[in-house]
Amino acid sequence: MTFLFFFIFAGFALAGAIGVVVLRNPFYCVLSLVVHLVALALLFLLLEAQFVAVAQIVVYAGAVMVLYVFVVGYVGGGDDPAPLWRAGTRQRALAIGFASAIFIELAIAVLGTGLSALGTEGIALTANYGTPEQIGELLLTDFLLAFELASMLLLVAAIGAVALAGRRGGIAEDEGNLSPRYGVVDLPSPAATGSMAEGVSGYGVTAPLPDPQFEGRELQQPARAAAEDDR
Amino acid sequence: MSVNWYLIVSAMIFTLGATGVMIRRNPLVVLLCLELMLNAGNLALIGFSRMWGNGSGEIFAIVVMVIAACEVAIGLGIIVALYRRRLPVDVDELSELHG
Repeated sequence: MTFLFFFIFAGFALAGAIGVVVLRNPFYCVLSLVVHLVALALLFLLLEAQFVAVAQIVVYAGAVMVLYVFVVGYVGGGDDPAPLWRAGTRQRALAIGFASAIFIELAIAVLGTGLSALGTEGIALTANYGTPEQIGELLLTDFLLAFELASMLLLVAAIGAVALAGRRGGIAEDEGNLSPRYGVVDLPSPAATGSMAEGVSGYGVTAPLPDPQFEGRELQQPARAAAEDDR
Repeated sequence: MSVNWYLIVSAMIFTLGATGVMIRRNPLVVLLCLELMLNAGNLALIGFSRMWGNGSGEIFAIVVMVIAACEVAIGLGIIVALYRRRLPVDVDELSELHG
């Protein structure tokens, strides 16, 4: 029975992974990754790691993927301009060659190992293996330093993300040059930054991006119209 | 179900992720493929944890998840910043640092 479940879940995990690599629309890539993550969580359950499986679904398939969906909606869900199967650029052939080399090396490492326990199911488990109780105890005793460092890392990453993506950050100098014709209330958003309508239509991915040097207002009108649609 | 099977699946997912990182051009999808690679590592860690029967591998997997979350926050922040500056969202075009 475990055998059957393993092959079903592994099949879904691999299908999801293949979908992420070959699908052209980034939005479908994200959905495919969700399938992959859920299948992986089920594989974790087969390995008796209940807590990690639930954390995987809540943190990854829930929170992180919502972030991805927002950014895909913001940046644009358009297709990649060039299809993957476009006849051979050299880089693509090289990439596939390198990837095959990695896989062969990993397969040799796994199959040719001297660790005889790899061929078994693993040793008999204690009753609390994989429960929140065990994880919590380990985190607050043996791995306390790692736990604290991870929380510091999360704090730094959150601050960094706000500094990078925040509207008042030091990155976008050109956002201050808004036309004086408009009042504060209906400030036009610059073209290709923003509205969900742009994201869905793939503006900026399929359409050529406006030249940064070009300050023309007419390019910004579609964004303004779209912003009004949103209101 | 021996641990070998999980390790082979993990190697396949890692390979797919590496392929994606090398051939995709949209940085969003490159980040997604990085997630695939991290998850392949997680699967191997959990498999080894099951093999030894102690929870250390699970703690490693949780730390990897934390690092993946940080990577996503920073990576998506960079993509949004690129988009705000109207740079092309395409890793082949973003070659100013190639030296």
